[in-house]
Amino acid sequence: MKKALLIGLKDLIIVARDRTALLLMLAAPFALALGLGLVTGRFSGASETPIEEIPVVIVDQDGQQLSQALVEVFNSADVATLLDPAAESDPAAARAAVDDERAAAAVIIPPGFTDSIIPREDGVPGPVVPIEIYADPARKISSSVVQAVVQQFLARVESGVVAGQVAVSQLLEHNLITPEQAVTVGQNVGLDAAQSNESLVNLATETLSGEDEAREFDVMAILAPGFAVFFLMFTVTNGGRSLLDERTDWTLQRLLTTPTSMTAVLSGKVIGIFLAGFAQMVILILGTTLLFGLYWGDLRAVIALIAATVLGATGWGMLLAALARTPNQVNSIGTALMILFGILGGSFAPSANFPAALQSLRLITPNAWALDGLAVLALGGTMVDVGQTMLALLLMALLLGGVAVFILRHKQVFF
Amino acid sequence: MSDLIVTTNNLSKSFGDVQAVRGVTFGIRRGEIFSLLGPNGAGKTTTISMLSCLIEPTSGDALVDGHSIRGAPQAVKEVIGVVPQEVALYQSLSAHENLLFWGQMYGMNGNILRQRIAEVLQTVGLADRAKDRIETYSGGMKRRINIAVGLLHRPRLVFMDEPTVGIDPQSRRNILDTVKTLNEQGMTVLYTTHYMEEAQELSDRIGIIDHGELIALGTQEELSQLVGQEDVVELRITEMQVTPALLQALEQASGVRQVNAGDGAVSLIVEDGHAALPELIATSNRHEARVTGVSVREPNLEAVFLHLTGRALRD
Repeated sequence: MKKALLIGLKDLIIVARDRTALLLMLAAPFALALGLGLVTGRFSGASETPIEEIPVVIVDQDGQQLSQALVEVFNSADVATLLDPAAESDPAAARAAVDDERAAAAVIIPPGFTDSIIPREDGVPGPVVPIEIYADPARKISSSVVQAVVQQFLARVESGVVAGQVAVSQLLEHNLITPEQAVTVGQNVGLDAAQSNESLVNLATETLSGEDEAREFDVMAILAPGFAVFFLMFTVTNGGRSLLDERTDWTLQRLLTTPTSMTAVLSGKVIGIFLAGFAQMVILILGTTLLFGLYWGDLRAVIALIAATVLGATGWGMLLAALARTPNQVNSIGTALMILFGILGGSFAPSANFPAALQSLRLITPNAWALDGLAVLALGGTMVDVGQTMLALLLMALLLGGVAVFILRHKQVFF
Repeated sequence: MSDLIVTTNNLSKSFGDVQAVRGVTFGIRRGEIFSLLGPNGAGKTTTISMLSCLIEPTSGDALVDGHSIRGAPQAVKEVIGVVPQEVALYQSLSAHENLLFWGQMYGMNGNILRQRIAEVLQTVGLADRAKDRIETYSGGMKRRINIAVGLLHRPRLVFMDEPTVGIDPQSRRNILDTVKTLNEQGMTVLYTTHYMEEAQELSDRIGIIDHGELIALGTQEELSQLVGQEDVVELRITEMQVTPALLQALEQASGVRQVNAGDGAVSLIVEDGHAALPELIATSNRHEARVTGVSVREPNLEAVFLHLTGRALRD
């Protein structure tokens, strides 16, 4: 065991002195996460805002009961924390506010809106005029909230219209009102429904840990772990390749002429790959926490999950070394696997929308398990919540590592 | 204790259809320098690889200090040091770090190891460069550290596989002197080479190996007697001018026992080199082959190899 540890430490020192490897292990994931963070506006504040105080511009060109009721909904206390409304008289200015990213959406109530719903004196409603919601496509969630508020209002209005019609017909049938009074009665019933104090929006936030406040959505929370795990595959490939490099350089053969068993040599290689991968992940976690203010989750659980992830990835690195014949083969296959695992595992884009077949396939990658587990932890999960994930990664390590060791021990590795 | 530290018994190794070593049997006495002399591909490295328990023989066995290479490989590895033909060092580590690591692989540690590292660095003359990374060393310096690693644990027997390949004459001189010093201190050395001069300078006994077979074994005097009192005459002739007709004519010259062409020269084993020289030059002239250099040598290992195989050692 001592010799295996010494071999692993020796490998770690060699990696630490390899500038090219360090660039790909540390600098590249940082740079990519930083770059994409800049592109998505993570650092400029123009990116997706939290789900509170959504800036929305209201243009009321109608000025009648129903449009005023809708304006009052946006200004009500019930949605005060959710929405930050501003009035605007000019629709073009309202749209410009959205284009300039000063507002997430503009609600433009056209003239004739109230008349299109509530019948006029002659009992005939006006032509249909739709409410325009001019939304920022980059703020899908915020604009969806605004749209939901408007739709809820319109649903209530519609139910009010129906209620009014039913009420009027009943009153007429029982001769409680005259036909001349029917229009007015119907309007009042509908208006009362539209202007109801009952809240249109119920916003409930649940967190896994029972915290009162949910964490804000942060694009870095997806990018940083994704790239960290993506580049972990480079490290384990590099480590696997080192076994074949040692064969080329004859340091492997020399090792085997000392009183050092093959078991110690292979164990040492596994330890070296693990140490390099673990160090890489810890540095990336610390760095993103300090530089980007990223929250990864419960520290002990994150460390444990990272350790399991690195072990799972190490299994792949060792299998590569066992199957390849030359260091160049390890490089080629390893690069291809790295990219494939990154795509499948969700390092570049959330995997939630993958078709069912790919949802199963992605589970062969350490990326998938790691990113799913890290997402749970970032949202407040604990060690228990990622226990199954860690078990899966450990099984991956044992299975792949076992196959690799079997192949290596029976392979003529020297000539 | 047996006088022989190494005995091989019909040692053979095949790689698929290729028989790299065929039925090699020899013994190495304690305290001697034993050379395995042969051209590239003769089976020297494969033989050493089997004796150092790196690969398993296809058949046969060997005892190293009483331990079987098949039955007790770990015990064999405890008593041998190996200096491979390749510079088997970690380039991004310093000489000191390399020696520290390799010493630990031999089970050494603490002050004993540190002291021994200082000693071997003195032995190979690189104590002042100990902290520098191997990648900054010249080829000769790398080879010296390569040797130092094989000596760390004070082995009774050290295998050196062509330790002077590709280095400058000064470094080679240094290495040969080191080998002699180690032997004077009691170390047994199995030394493989394709350089006749090295084998002649260092060895108590020499085994000549070719195509996997041990074709001759003995002291230099014993081997030289295989070719009798014949001389080796070398005519330097441009390769394009060496024709089959010329070679045939030279074979028929009086006193000529054997003719071989290659490496820009025609080598002949001749009864009396000086007496035969005029006829040999005349024959060359008749066949329009311009002789640019001549040498006459008394029997040496080159001649022995030529006599036994019909080829020059460096073919």
